[in-house]
Amino acid sequence: MNEKKIHKNKWQTTIFLLIIIFITYLSTAITDFNFIDSIATIPAAIGWMFTNLMVTQESMAKMPAIMEKLGETIFMSIAATTLAAVVSLFLALLGSKTTKVNNIFSMLARFIASFSRNIPVVAWSLILLISFGQNSVTGFLALFVATLGFLTRAFIESIDEANQSSVEALTATGATYFHIVSKAVIPQSLPQMLSWILFMIETNIRSATLVGILTGTGIGYMFDLYYKSMNYNVVALITFTIVIAVIVIELISNKIRKVIL
Amino acid sequence: MPLLKVEGLGKLYDGETKVLRDVNFEVEAGEFLSIIGPSGAGKSTLLRCINRMVEISEGKVIFDDLDVGEMRKKELRKLRTNIGMIFQHYNLVPRLTVIENVLHGRFGYKSTLQGVFARFTEEEKERAFFLLDKLGIAEHAYKRCDQLSGGQQQRVGICRALIQEPKLILCDEPIASLDPNSSKVIMDYLKQISTEMGITCLVNLHQVDVAKEYADRIIGLKKGEIVFDGPSKLLYEDQIENIYGIETRELITV
Amino acid sequence: METSQAMNQALMKRKRNGQINIKSGNKIDSAVKWTIWVLTVLTVISFFFFDYTGLQLERAITETAHNLRVMFLEPGLSHFGWGEAFYQVGITLGLGVLATVFGAIIALFLSLMAAENLSKPWLSKTIRIIVAFIRAVPTVLWVLIFAIAAGLGSEAAVLGMLFHSVAYLVKAFSEAIEEVNPGIIEALRATGSSWWHIVVHGVLPSTFTYLLSWTFLRFEINFSVAVAMGAAAGAGGIGFELFMASGFYFDLREVGFITYAILIIAIVLEVISTRLKNRYFPSSVKA
Ligand SMILES: Nc1ncnc2c1ncn2[C@@H]1O[C@H](COP(=O)(O)OP(=O)(O)OP(=O)(O)O)[C@@H](O)[C@H]1O
Ligand SMILES: [Mg+2]
Repeated sequence: MNEKKIHKNKWQTTIFLLIIIFITYLSTAITDFNFIDSIATIPAAIGWMFTNLMVTQESMAKMPAIMEKLGETIFMSIAATTLAAVVSLFLALLGSKTTKVNNIFSMLARFIASFSRNIPVVAWSLILLISFGQNSVTGFLALFVATLGFLTRAFIESIDEANQSSVEALTATGATYFHIVSKAVIPQSLPQMLSWILFMIETNIRSATLVGILTGTGIGYMFDLYYKSMNYNVVALITFTIVIAVIVIELISNKIRKVIL
Repeated sequence: MPLLKVEGLGKLYDGETKVLRDVNFEVEAGEFLSIIGPSGAGKSTLLRCINRMVEISEGKVIFDDLDVGEMRKKELRKLRTNIGMIFQHYNLVPRLTVIENVLHGRFGYKSTLQGVFARFTEEEKERAFFLLDKLGIAEHAYKRCDQLSGGQQQRVGICRALIQEPKLILCDEPIASLDPNSSKVIMDYLKQISTEMGITCLVNLHQVDVAKEYADRIIGLKKGEIVFDGPSKLLYEDQIENIYGIETRELITV
Repeated sequence: METSQAMNQALMKRKRNGQINIKSGNKIDSAVKWTIWVLTVLTVISFFFFDYTGLQLERAITETAHNLRVMFLEPGLSHFGWGEAFYQVGITLGLGVLATVFGAIIALFLSLMAAENLSKPWLSKTIRIIVAFIRAVPTVLWVLIFAIAAGLGSEAAVLGMLFHSVAYLVKAFSEAIEEVNPGIIEALRATGSSWWHIVVHGVLPSTFTYLLSWTFLRFEINFSVAVAMGAAAGAGGIGFELFMASGFYFDLREVGFITYAILIIAIVLEVISTRLKNRYFPSSVKA
């Protein structure tokens, strides 16, 4: 690198940093964000957490109810993810370059995926809430739609990554489309796809809490209830059970991933 | 009656450059024929026109008295079951077992459901073992394909082609990724297949000496045109130079 | 011939019913099979655990179909104008920017301590455990918890989102840093450079583009998180308007308009981040 190039790079970096600083400043202005205030809040918030977010004997009495709601939330996430995965598999087969049937279906599949993925899960929940009402099905459908879009994209990537040459070889033996998909494409991409499904289950348990707050179901609803009535001991207990559930599921998925990938 | 007849075959991929130009030749049943030529001459394209892995642009390919270019989906499947194919990179499904990969050669005979649920008969499985044994890799039958060496994988590829019970086997540079020892093993097996089982073999090769040693007849391809077609014995230095040499001289001067 | 036949028989594995097996029965296959089975069973069971209060499926489906048609085919604004709409979108983007920028700065320092090739094992372990804990708490809970101390508003929202962004980026950054060619670090160490020299002259230059791409990927996520926080935690912005339009005014046209606005921005962000991903991460990278 010569003197001039270093100079030019320095310039670029400086301009880039200035732009970032400017955008950040703009953001603080538009959101009314007070930097000093928020820094001051952190110790106060953490102090508050340590004094108020304590699990007490009384709150433990709520444990059975919490477990039931937590179970509902976990099941909701798993069901939404697995069923979305089944549909995504079809969409991904239609959408992938390797296995597409024709260009129209491929475009359509990619369009559906992009549409369902880029509308946030919150929007889906609120839209579905209007007619489906406060029950698990609303949350299930919201998670299902958002997961569908994400998994379709991930599956298309996994299929495209799988080695093309065995597809060519099977075509040359006179195999049909479904033979090729089931014996050359899926065996190669299935472990990768499962890994994505596990990832999505973890994510969805966290999203399910959010969806629950909005749609009045599951552990999210429970949290909201005790949060609004300022019963912070139960709030703490709920938070801890969610953390434990998420971490346990993450550990299990990591174990499975280690074996299959 | 020749098994395979290629008449005035031409191929364009993009509508402009002709990859194959007016290719004519006939292959008798049982022949061991080798196609040689520099990189980009159109060897792979020629092989793939025969089982219509690429569409034919001009001319005709007649296999077993049937016009390959005119075939509909079902007939095309039937054609492909009759033609085995072997690839430079073996093209096996890496995560599946050797025996599963061999049985993939039977898909041409199966309905969609039979294939998807892997309904292979006991005879087919025994046949697969027999072929693996014949190529000396029966003890690896339950290994995953990606755990085998290149030469062993290519033998799996050969078994997959043989279990199709083909009349013709197309080999696209079967030894280009192998060391000299494994190359010799593979070529010996191919030769054995053609003499013992009477299966016709069309082999694309890069190595002229290998072609001369194994093939009964050689076709020299250059820029999509046949520039030599005759018994291996009659391929002399000047013809080899014609096929490859000028090309290299051009490369040097440019 | 005879002997090889016998040998083949010995090599063949048979199923209980005497048929020849063609699967190897290795650990991977059975793990895959088990995972699929367990997920299927859990999915079936889950429908018994659902709470179906007040659900009238048929009516809900026809109504939703109608609602979607109104939303997407006749979007419009009634409670606020275009200017306000831009302003609210600006707030949501602003929340995303703040959480991402501050998150990236904090994550950079933490990831240097979490990367195994630059740090001590105990420090790296500790940070990883803390990060895993933070990640396990849903963002909305962080925001709500901060809201108690800071009051509802942009501070609580940014702090809550910041926590998650930091956790996500520390994981991504430290993995990127760990992939730095050990030779570079060794060479600098051999010249007697200090830890800071190694970081500034060895690690950062070779990972900078990765770190930036990851940061942008996180911004993409943070945009939709910011929408969610507006709706669920009163953080303001377009998410809050969405919540009001659907939950208070029942104004489907406005819901449609807002959804389109979010969709367009999300697609633009996705296109940019896909470009970045293809450019800087040759093989696909897991989120
Ligand atoms: N799918 C394709 N689309 C467009 N052009 C192609 C395609 N496949 C091959 N070609 C072109 O056709 C020409 C012949 O290619 P072909 O692969 O048949 O040559 P080859 O003799 O097999 O070469 P090699 O020895 O390198 O394998 C080349 O110029 C190549 O660029
Ligand atoms: Mg070739």
